[in-house]
Amino acid sequence: MTAGAPSVSKKPALAVIGNGMAGMRTVEELLKLAPDLYDITVFGAEPHGNYNRILLSPLLAGDKSMDDIMLNTPEWYRQHGITLHAGDPVTGIDRQRRIVRSRAGVELRYDRLLLATGSKPFIIPVPGHQLPGVIAFRDIQDVETMLAAARDHRHAVVIGGGLLGLEAANGLLRQGMDVTVVHVMDSLMERQLDKSAAILLKKALEQKGLRFLLNAQTAEIVGAGQVTAVRFKDGTEIPADLVVMTVGVRPNIELAQQAGLHCERAIVVDDTLQTYDPRIYAVGECVQHRMATFGLVAPIWDQARVCGAHLAGAGHRRYVQQATATKLKVTGVDLYSAGDFIGGEGSEDLVLRDPRRGVYKRLVINGPHIVGAVLYGDVKDGPWYFEMIQRRTDISALRSQLLFGQALCAQAA
Amino acid sequence: MNQVPTFPLLAAGQLAARQHGTLTTCPYCGVGCGVRATVGGDGQVDIAGDESHASNAGRLCVKGSALGETVDLEGRLLHPQMLVENDGRQSMQRVSWDAALDKVAHGFRSIVEQHGPDAVALYVSGQLLTEDYYIANKLMKGYIGSANIDTNSRLCMSSAVAGHKRAFGADLVPVCYEDLELADLVVLVGSNTAWCHPILFQRIARIKETRPQMKLVVIDPRRTATCELADLHLPLKAGSDVWLFNGLLSFLARHDAADAGFVEAHTNGLAAALEAAEADCADLAAVAKSCKLDPQDLLTFYEWFAANEKVVTAFSQGVNQSSSGTDKVNSIINCHLLTGRIGKEGMGPFSITGQPNAMGGREVGGLANMLAAHMELDNHRHRQTVQDFWQAPRMAERPGLKAVDLFQAIEAGRVKAVWIIATNPVVSLPDADQVQRALAKCELVVVSDIIEKTDTNAFAHVLLPAMGWGEKDGTVTSSERRISRQRAFLPAPGEARADWQILCQVAQRMGYAGFDFSAAHQVFDEHARLSAFRNGDAFGLRRMFNLAGLSGLGQAAFDALQPVQWPIVTTASGEKQGTARLFADGRFAHADGKARFVATVPRAPRHATDSEYPLSLNTGRVRDQWHTMTRTGKSPKLADHVPESFVDMHPQDALLYGVREGMLARVASRWGSMVARVQHGGGIARGSIFVPIHWNGQSASDARVGALVNPVVDPVSGEPEFKHTPVLVEEFRVAWYGFVLSRRLPMLDDVTHWTRIQGRRFNRYELAGRSPIADHGAWAASLLDVDVADADWLEYQDASAGIYRAVHVVDDRIDACVFLSPRPDLPSRAWLASLFAKDRLEDADRVGLLLGQPIAKGADTGPTVCSCFGVGRNTICTAVRAEGLNTVAQVTACLKAGGNCGSCVPEIKKLLTEILAEETA
Repeated sequence: MTAGAPSVSKKPALAVIGNGMAGMRTVEELLKLAPDLYDITVFGAEPHGNYNRILLSPLLAGDKSMDDIMLNTPEWYRQHGITLHAGDPVTGIDRQRRIVRSRAGVELRYDRLLLATGSKPFIIPVPGHQLPGVIAFRDIQDVETMLAAARDHRHAVVIGGGLLGLEAANGLLRQGMDVTVVHVMDSLMERQLDKSAAILLKKALEQKGLRFLLNAQTAEIVGAGQVTAVRFKDGTEIPADLVVMTVGVRPNIELAQQAGLHCERAIVVDDTLQTYDPRIYAVGECVQHRMATFGLVAPIWDQARVCGAHLAGAGHRRYVQQATATKLKVTGVDLYSAGDFIGGEGSEDLVLRDPRRGVYKRLVINGPHIVGAVLYGDVKDGPWYFEMIQRRTDISALRSQLLFGQALCAQAA
Repeated sequence: MNQVPTFPLLAAGQLAARQHGTLTTCPYCGVGCGVRATVGGDGQVDIAGDESHASNAGRLCVKGSALGETVDLEGRLLHPQMLVENDGRQSMQRVSWDAALDKVAHGFRSIVEQHGPDAVALYVSGQLLTEDYYIANKLMKGYIGSANIDTNSRLCMSSAVAGHKRAFGADLVPVCYEDLELADLVVLVGSNTAWCHPILFQRIARIKETRPQMKLVVIDPRRTATCELADLHLPLKAGSDVWLFNGLLSFLARHDAADAGFVEAHTNGLAAALEAAEADCADLAAVAKSCKLDPQDLLTFYEWFAANEKVVTAFSQGVNQSSSGTDKVNSIINCHLLTGRIGKEGMGPFSITGQPNAMGGREVGGLANMLAAHMELDNHRHRQTVQDFWQAPRMAERPGLKAVDLFQAIEAGRVKAVWIIATNPVVSLPDADQVQRALAKCELVVVSDIIEKTDTNAFAHVLLPAMGWGEKDGTVTSSERRISRQRAFLPAPGEARADWQILCQVAQRMGYAGFDFSAAHQVFDEHARLSAFRNGDAFGLRRMFNLAGLSGLGQAAFDALQPVQWPIVTTASGEKQGTARLFADGRFAHADGKARFVATVPRAPRHATDSEYPLSLNTGRVRDQWHTMTRTGKSPKLADHVPESFVDMHPQDALLYGVREGMLARVASRWGSMVARVQHGGGIARGSIFVPIHWNGQSASDARVGALVNPVVDPVSGEPEFKHTPVLVEEFRVAWYGFVLSRRLPMLDDVTHWTRIQGRRFNRYELAGRSPIADHGAWAASLLDVDVADADWLEYQDASAGIYRAVHVVDDRIDACVFLSPRPDLPSRAWLASLFAKDRLEDADRVGLLLGQPIAKGADTGPTVCSCFGVGRNTICTAVRAEGLNTVAQVTACLKAGGNCGSCVPEIKKLLTEILAEETA
């Protein structure tokens, strides 16, 4: 059967696959420019309106409620004449016939298709990884599982000591669980922090009550019908009623691949967010733009603006990658990183360490510019550095004082 | 032998000190300022100027004011030590006085027995008291029977002595300080008076303010701080003084400035002297050329000299330390003789000595070419007189070895035992590496000192702990023949003894009678009586050096002795009367009573510069240090002004020889080399460089300028040519520069170059290294011996720029910091240094630590200018700009800077001029 837009309508049809932040922001941008251009239909795997995924950590930690994190209510979709199929993921795309088909059997013909399928958490395929109680930290469902577990279980194990893992662990801790973070590397957030900063972070989190197992290789998740423990390669075992895997995400590109769209690590798009099929656009964590993939919100907002404009036919905008900044959302821990804080060929580090004061600062310099910054403990200059990163400010003259902050450099200037 | 009772004077001395202070004399330069020392309840010594003392009337220079910081016992030699061999390894070990004294006495006696008296020697010091000096001289010349006793005064003013003797017939200083104030023209030759004799300079400066018409001429190759006050500065070519004064002599003669009557009645030898002068100095232009001076400036000086009756020509090491030093002195004296400007108020030639008791040493005859009490070795009647007085068994018959010859004789093995007292020849002698070689070979090296570790002590077989200033008791004589008391106000630390005592005890152990003294006043009395012994026309042995008036002083009278200028006679009314000026009657000490003109033929310095060693090395003192820093090096207050050794050179020369200001340079001569930091002081001409004499193996890794200085001496005086050595300057390449401030001693193993600077509650080290540092963090941790894992350890690193900084905090107090950079562009040490005084770092401080400056601006006062009030350069400049100050007085009123000792006034003047210049620019 055929459903969706009123058959009488002559408007071209825009199908949006993915009811997440990227997709909906693109729709919003489109509506700003061309409110009545399309008949819009949105398919979402989750049975909700569109919400702010970034706020899942505060939601878990109990700092925010569901209402706080909702972005677009069903009411909003109605107001804008958008058909929403929540909880009904698309299962196939037929590019010859320009049809998308949903799990519930909805078939929709499209003139334009927007892929915003986001990414999937990676689950380590160790024995027992499919047991109930083994989850990722990706959506409201995961949060509800965790909250439920927190009500009547004690032992939580978070596998993966990256940014997301630490936020999850902190949230579970706040929910009264006894949390162990298992990390395969010898220091936390190794992509953002060097050892000494990671040690500071670990100390701070341990003081909050988290436990850490570093250099820990998960061998198996133990349990019969329900998780009971995690076993490691060295044979040791820790009890677990809940296992949260936060070991990274993978762009969600099965649909695109099935449809024969050109993908590499993700769906390859050009500067207009157009895929190799001119009728199909893609935004968000599922795209690969100039070799880069995306996990933070700032670039995705930019993509939405550009993509929205092109869908509206105002085809003048180009997406340009910008440096990004992020903060660890763990109350009482100040961690700020911006830009290319990993550095590489030709980049130089400025480092300041004051462990006793719990301060760590690292700036990554390339030529006369700051390209990245990691601040721990004292993050007040973060925005200033970020601004200089984005503006590509020539810092040669300030170099020797840069790490000592804006106040001093203002004096010096 | 019966032990000398342990200093009966001290108890009384200390008592007085604790009540209303002890009047004593400063142990530094030859000005001989009176000091009032008061020992506080906490043992702290409070130092003030003695208002009643004629030399300084209550004023003290920076060094004098800081004496209180130098009397602590850190580093003191407190017990006798001997080189003892056990299981094949030799080491210095503490021994009893008896053991040490026996070793010295036996060693000297057996060497004398085997090889004769000339196989042993004493090398003593202008820092000895007259009493010590007298005993040392008596022991050598009357008992051991050799004149092998010389002194560091040889390096200082022996040319003046020789010049005096040639001109006046004896070593007589005609004038007194007051004459500098009465003169209408003061000529300072080869004397950075502002820094080396600050109180005299202050006296001149104050008079000049009240009498602006009074003229000051400074003759010095360098534009020194002294020039800031000069009406005329003649930057003559090093060593060309004789051309200058020969020229003056001929100018005066031709512009009939001569006092024919005086010349006729009281002098001999003018014709020859004038002939020598006219030979190549009759033409002013030629003289200007020889001296590399502007003819107009030269003419101005000659005219001023001719026009002013009241002229004092004061000279110091710039004249004396030369291979033609004695001729320089005489060429100056000649001009005063020709004009008859001598023996009257406000005129005369004036040798300003560099040491506290060089004059005392000269009076007792404590130099190898003197006998005693201004009597001559080569005069048999003099020898007889002294022998009769001493009842001496074995008189020296001929002059002994002068300093430089002495150490060469030691290396050659002709002198087999040497006793070095209160001096540091491994640092201070020319060709100082030769001195090391000599001492290393010497059979018996005995050293008496107050400090345990010195470059010289390292070669000692026996170390004898002597009493230092504040502990010892006796007399010194200043440049104006003023005898003042040095009084004890502190107990002798450890087992330290007075030098005269140690000498007496060795003499007695050698079996000599005549050394049975129990107190300093007894020694002084013998010295005074000898000066009067058979002294007078009646004996045909008239000597102007006569202390008759001071003979027979008992303990009380000696303690009560007021500063007085010799000769001293007892007047009819029985009171002791000193003498301000000599030759008032026109009678000189030559047999015929006349003064002698000396024909002086100009000679260039012995070694000319050449393509290999193209620069002329000049050496001298800096304002706030003294000799080899064994005393001044202890004072944080004095360390700030010039923290480390430097090579001052002209920027174009720096460019030419590939060195840069702030970086290190290697300075080398044919005799040795050293490393110092390049500086452009702005006062030095192209072709010459200046390096200070103070730094040594204890204060820096490689900064002994003595090692470079050519061992060339004046043929008459034997004084070395310290003011000119051909040298080269080349880059001293290092991979990094750095500094450390630490409460503890860092581990300097893999540091190529270091200088240690005494701070208040910390040690400062300026560092530089050849080998690149791979892991800065690990390197710094081991340098400061910190276990970083559980330390409060702050770090800043800009790896690719090679910049690294770390600070170690212990219990919220700064414990140490290290700053490293590939360039000498390190932040100021001033603010970091100030943190060591704090018991707790505030957060604000902590934030600035790794920056090396407070995050809040303006708190960095910069390098100290006024040491007395600790006022920094930045503070002064800021105030001058902000308040629009124009005069030093205003600066003083505003910041106190310059208000105490005034030593920094010339620098403040300079700052004012600079700021004014830049503002008007």
